[in-house]
Amino acid sequence: MTLFGFRIPMMASLIVWALVWEIVGHMDVIFLIPPMSAILSAGIDLVQTASWQNATVVTIRSFVIGMALAIGIGVPLGVLMGRSRIADNIFGLWVNMFVSAPLSALVPVLMILFGMGETTIVVTVFLFAVWIIVLDARAGVMQVPPSLIEMARSYGAPPSTILRKIVLLAALPEILAGIRIGLIRGVKGVVIGQILVAIIGYGELFELYSRSFDMERFWALTIVLFAAAMLLSGIVERAEKRIEYYAGAR
Amino acid sequence: MSALAEEFDPASIVTHDPVVRVEGICKHYGSVEALRSIDLQFERGKLTTLLGPSGCGKTTLLKIIAGLVPATSGRIMVNGRAVTGPGPERAFVFQDFALMPWATVLRNVAFGLELKGTPAAERNRVARHHIEQVGLQGFEDKYPHELSGGMRQRVGIARAFAVNADVLLLDEPFSAVDEQNRRKFQEDLLRLVEIENKTFIFVTHSIEEAVYVSDRIVLLSPRPGRVSQVIEPKIDRAADPDDIRRDAGYLDVVEEIWQGLRHYAE
Ligand SMILES: Nc1ncnc2c1ncn2[C@@H]1O[C@H](COP(=O)(O)OP(=O)(O)O)[C@@H](O)[C@H]1O
Ligand SMILES: [Mg+2]
Repeated sequence: MTLFGFRIPMMASLIVWALVWEIVGHMDVIFLIPPMSAILSAGIDLVQTASWQNATVVTIRSFVIGMALAIGIGVPLGVLMGRSRIADNIFGLWVNMFVSAPLSALVPVLMILFGMGETTIVVTVFLFAVWIIVLDARAGVMQVPPSLIEMARSYGAPPSTILRKIVLLAALPEILAGIRIGLIRGVKGVVIGQILVAIIGYGELFELYSRSFDMERFWALTIVLFAAAMLLSGIVERAEKRIEYYAGAR
Repeated sequence: MSALAEEFDPASIVTHDPVVRVEGICKHYGSVEALRSIDLQFERGKLTTLLGPSGCGKTTLLKIIAGLVPATSGRIMVNGRAVTGPGPERAFVFQDFALMPWATVLRNVAFGLELKGTPAAERNRVARHHIEQVGLQGFEDKYPHELSGGMRQRVGIARAFAVNADVLLLDEPFSAVDEQNRRKFQEDLLRLVEIENKTFIFVTHSIEEAVYVSDRIVLLSPRPGRVSQVIEPKIDRAADPDDIRRDAGYLDVVEEIWQGLRHYAE
């Protein structure tokens, strides 16, 4: 219930904004904003269409592969940078540059490199998500209390055991925080990538709806994506909460 | 009152083979000279305190003995063998406890044995015994952040005892513990020294604490740390703790050390 304790106000404000939207929509001032009720019913129709379902499969596949790469490479790289001065010097500049770079501008280059297909989307997801995962894993590893590592050493733990039993666990809160932000950025990456490539997954649908001024479906798709991003973030946040008892106690 | 109890006869010190020998240890951190030619010997069943102003190299010396920090020159012998790194015959108690916040008291205490590869059933049995020894029975499944500072350090001490090392290295273990608990700790430590026939090397910057718990006090000078004086307080531990703290012999030793350290403070 405490979980709902903070969700209720958020939901309440959402309902208010949805109502405002509904009213503005009915006033028929801007064709870009159809009434919320029309969007919702369009959404219900939308999720039943084969084109939406296919687009969803393609989108999820690109997202999952891109994120798996981002986590699989980002966490080890961050841990390495946190542990090794040399690695930190080699990669630090690049990671810090990319983490705040306008990556959307790179997508056209990726299209040239990887073609107008799923590979480009996967790489986009990866590039959007990986840097923050690296930086947070690095920060987590760097704040591991030195005495904890000395403790394990004093009881005879070899470096591999120290990494497994001390460093990774002590850095887990930061690693998870990085993955959560990475997931949100990955959703951005998959959407921006698909929109720019424009012939794959949701990008194709967005292209179609906006070209045919099908604003109801356009917004329905947007809301589905927003909800998916929030759901993902919520799931990781739950996982973070479960380990918060020690993250907060340090 | 301050009469020498039989087992503390200095003559026996010469005949016993020391468990730990510190031979000509020097330590430089870059251009900082932390320790200068330290020679010391530590015997089984005795508690020796390293006492000195902060920054004089007490922690450094303890970590060199532990094999956690390499010396610049000199060597450490434990049970006749030169130290090249940490070893199972030595256990360290950390000033900041160094407990794993994600692990229960039981797992923390059993951690040394876990790293040695002791089977779970056996290491938990040993850990439970030592948890009881330090008075934490009932807290086995609690996490460190659920315990007070004093209780956390008891976990750290139980963990060190659980691996059954010959040498216990304690780095200001009670500095983060409040005053009442600190006294209780000191008494518990004395009891452990008595029942566990081990070599204790204890670091503190509290003169009273040093005099109260030590068989021998090594005074270190400020940086670079050198042995400036060795004092044997010869307190009769059979007496009531409160009487000891009021005893003239005890107070004299405190005063002597205070005078010894005073010219550094100025
Ligand atoms: N890792 C280190 N790098 C550089 N200097 C250090 C390091 N550890 C300790 N020192 C220096 O060595 C001296 C002794 O430190 P330490 O052994 O911690 O003293 P104490 O425990 O007596 O307070 C101090 O001046 C400290 O600044
Ligand atoms: Mg110290």
